[in-house]
Amino acid sequence: MSLVNSSVEGVLEPILERYLRNPHHLMQILRETQERLGFIPKWAVDYISEALALARTQIQSVIEFYAFFYDSPCGKYRILFSDNVTDRMQGNTALLARMLSRLGLSQGQVSGDGLVSIDTTSCTGMCDQGPALLVNNHAIPRLSSQRVDAICTLIKNQTPLEQWPSAFFSVEDNIRRKDVLLSAELTNGQALQRAIELGPQGMLAEMKTSNFRGRGGAGFTTGVKWEACRNAPGETRYVVCNADEGEPGTFKDRVLLNSYAELLFEGMSIAGFVIGASKGLLYLRAEYRYMLEKLQATLEARRKAQLLGKNILGQKGFDFDIEIHMGAGAYVCGEETALIESLEGKPGRPRIRPPFPATHGYLGQPTVVNNVETLAKATLIAQNGGAWYKGLGTKLSTGTKLLSISGDCDAPGIYEYPFGVRISKILEDCGARNAMAVQVGGAAGTCLARHEFGRKIAFEDVSTSGALMVFGNNRDMFEVARNFTHFFKHESCGFCTPCRVGTTLLCNLLDKIADGKATSYEMNELSRLHQLLKTSSHCGLGQTAWRPVYDTMQKFRPSYDRRLQQKDFEPAFAMDAALAPAREIMERDDADAHLGNEL
Amino acid sequence: MLSPQEPPKRKLRVATTSLSGCFGCHMSFLDMDEHLLELVELVEFDRSPITDVKHCSAACDIGIVEGGVCNSENVHVLREFRKSCRTLIALGACAVNGGLPTLRNGLDVREVLREVYFEMPGVVSNTIPNDIELPLLLDKVHPINEVVRIDYFVPGCPPSGDAIFKFLADLIAGRTPRLDYPQMRFD
Amino acid sequence: MNENTFVIDGTPIPFEPGQSILQAALKADVFIPHLCFFPGLKPNGSCKLCTVVVNGRPGSACTLLARPGIEVENNTPELNDRRRLMLQMLFVEGNHFCPGCEKSGNCQLQALAYELEMMTPHFNHFFPSRKVDASHPEAFLDMNRCIMCGLCVQASRDVDKKNIFAISGRGMASHIVINTPSGRLKESNFSSSDKAANVCPVGAILPKRRGFATPIGQRRYDSLPISTQTEFLTTRKA
Repeated sequence: MSLVNSSVEGVLEPILERYLRNPHHLMQILRETQERLGFIPKWAVDYISEALALARTQIQSVIEFYAFFYDSPCGKYRILFSDNVTDRMQGNTALLARMLSRLGLSQGQVSGDGLVSIDTTSCTGMCDQGPALLVNNHAIPRLSSQRVDAICTLIKNQTPLEQWPSAFFSVEDNIRRKDVLLSAELTNGQALQRAIELGPQGMLAEMKTSNFRGRGGAGFTTGVKWEACRNAPGETRYVVCNADEGEPGTFKDRVLLNSYAELLFEGMSIAGFVIGASKGLLYLRAEYRYMLEKLQATLEARRKAQLLGKNILGQKGFDFDIEIHMGAGAYVCGEETALIESLEGKPGRPRIRPPFPATHGYLGQPTVVNNVETLAKATLIAQNGGAWYKGLGTKLSTGTKLLSISGDCDAPGIYEYPFGVRISKILEDCGARNAMAVQVGGAAGTCLARHEFGRKIAFEDVSTSGALMVFGNNRDMFEVARNFTHFFKHESCGFCTPCRVGTTLLCNLLDKIADGKATSYEMNELSRLHQLLKTSSHCGLGQTAWRPVYDTMQKFRPSYDRRLQQKDFEPAFAMDAALAPAREIMERDDADAHLGNEL
Repeated sequence: MLSPQEPPKRKLRVATTSLSGCFGCHMSFLDMDEHLLELVELVEFDRSPITDVKHCSAACDIGIVEGGVCNSENVHVLREFRKSCRTLIALGACAVNGGLPTLRNGLDVREVLREVYFEMPGVVSNTIPNDIELPLLLDKVHPINEVVRIDYFVPGCPPSGDAIFKFLADLIAGRTPRLDYPQMRFD
Repeated sequence: MNENTFVIDGTPIPFEPGQSILQAALKADVFIPHLCFFPGLKPNGSCKLCTVVVNGRPGSACTLLARPGIEVENNTPELNDRRRLMLQMLFVEGNHFCPGCEKSGNCQLQALAYELEMMTPHFNHFFPSRKVDASHPEAFLDMNRCIMCGLCVQASRDVDKKNIFAISGRGMASHIVINTPSGRLKESNFSSSDKAANVCPVGAILPKRRGFATPIGQRRYDSLPISTQTEFLTTRKA
């Protein structure tokens, strides 16, 4: 947009005012600045730096850390194709090529007139209705050739986004199997009222009785976490909901946020009541930007209904409210301490643990960080009691689990099962008849081959944050692993040596294998790196980034072997291509101006 | 059957070469002074600047390569060494990590040639030499282990004569070569 | 065993409460390789060279507190193999050409490579294009050698109170940025007497006109391995 009519102050002051010039809101200030200006120009950095008394470098480092912040113009229409392996399986590569060709662009390039830029991005959480893209951070699922052509026309005609067909932006819930959570019919405030009646200690006791474990992946007992936070010394306490659902293949939180937000907000309020917090923060991933207004409206309605705010439900001294913080494209912020850094307006680099957030979290204060599903289910426990909940699922994994199912099956979508359900049963239910492999728990999860389909979803067997991607007989598991490994490389925060360099080395080795330019040497290198990443990385990202490669090397070895050269060494680079610039300038093309790759 | 103590019956054939290097490693090789006399008891030289033999015999035991790979000729020589030598050693910083010649790796090789042959003060030519005899430059300078498989690495710029002798003595005696602390140098 | 004692590779190590495993080890003359730790600064925990195994679980010796009775594995072939691997990663990630570097002989990265007998960087080199900033009258910044330890960032912010450096970007694109309008050091109030000017473990921040005051061959790690210099490592100011 042009600034002819709007001064620096005109653009930035209202934003800064709205966020009370609070440096902890830097991410939100930058996001809104970018929503106004299309990118974050240097003058805006200088102005914000002055206004918030923040070092210019802190603002710069935030902009450069998050994938969705831009310090240079990047197209009035900014298209990002989701590039999870499921999008690939649904044909996103051809659709991306189609859009690029129709608009006469190459990937990553901004069109000459500044109208449009097209690139790829990490999984946007639309795996059940892919391939998907984001246009200016708004999701368009179910792409087809026709839809891509229509989008190209809208862009060429410079149709404002608000006038694009609303059907393009409609995201389905695709709920396929309901259990206690998805079929719950609670009146708003009912569970919170019951928690108030129980009192903080009573509610905590119910949580502990339920033996309920967090649904974000790590599986820590929620009641114990809440109690540790409640008992930790501190001036203020915070409840943080981790809605940074970035694990490729996972989209259950999207559905909860879309259709069960009341359960979530009620769960946050219950957590606040138990630990004595007056503030809750919902960290919403940037890819779910489209839900922001709806969620804010839900919060507003709850305030009106006295379910948020001061003296909630007439309970004197029970003050609690919820703020929404948008992320800006960083998978690592799903790690709770990176998420807290991000909430504080900093790059999302995981902190050193211990101390844990329960004692030193947001702004150094005791903080509970829970996943969306965890908090929604806390509402059920408040309503029906811990003993009831404990009766569901298995002894070590009580209750139910939401699974985001995608890939080669008839009915992708959300399935809620009691813990202990077998993979084979899930595959039968979703209509996956020719599954060769399932990736459980996303890119960082476990790859199971057919002989393991008798295993169960449970913390004590196959633990998962909720993704289940199905791969049919015709799929190439090497390419699956390569897609995931590139994802990790893209998302590595760069803090620690093994992950920063190791994820790139892994990708380079896999790319060499994919090019048919690798030997058993590269296979040995992969094995060496996996040991290092697993044991020496700073956080879960690096500690699990080796898993897709390791699992597929064990279980789908032929998909690697058939790409290997039967010799002991291949050069690190394409020899003949390395001579091309010299050939050009020396105007040579004789036989001696070329090199083969053979010894 | 050989007893474990028995020394090798024949002298080992050693070939050496300098690719994109400064010959400093070869100078350092000669710097092993009186150790040279011990060495020639154990080895005989095949292709090497020391012998001026132009190509490796079919079966050398040890190949020693100084310098990185900066042009097509380097590639051909290195491949000959890999084909002919049972054990191939990268000698010195340039062979090990590309060394100082890699300072050009951040530049476009076309720009480098243009600057050297057109724009340098005092240059009167208006062509870049392109005789068919001239090797072409690679777009980047590489350590030798990025072009062929290398068995051992001796760092240093140059490695000292002592370090080179210690390394070869270990190798010839069948010990995994190791450098003691003061011999282990990168500069 | 004394109450405030733990064990590294079978050797009892006394400690004071609040000390990290690394601090206690160095104090007891037991060397644990490290790059991003500097005495007096808050441990950063990013280089991961000091990764040890504590009661069976890997962790950073610089950030884990010493606790009574813990059993720490440190100088084992497996851990040293991994450390060598990480050194190799650091060497190929940047442009580290010791023969042309003024820091050679005083460089901690190089000293650890000597210590752990890293004969080759092994991995394919990235040969990144990185910046050199020679604008400041007292110091050079050569980002080719930066290993992302974050020590300058912390020293400048917490000790010098100047907040000149920050780490920006992400993944392998991470890089140091300078808090001036042009991004160059010249416009900052940086001084070669700053803590930040004297904590760089490699040759990324170098004082001008001091390059070869001590000749090559007579420098700190030229004749004595870093593992024998634990006292220096715990007491150094630069």
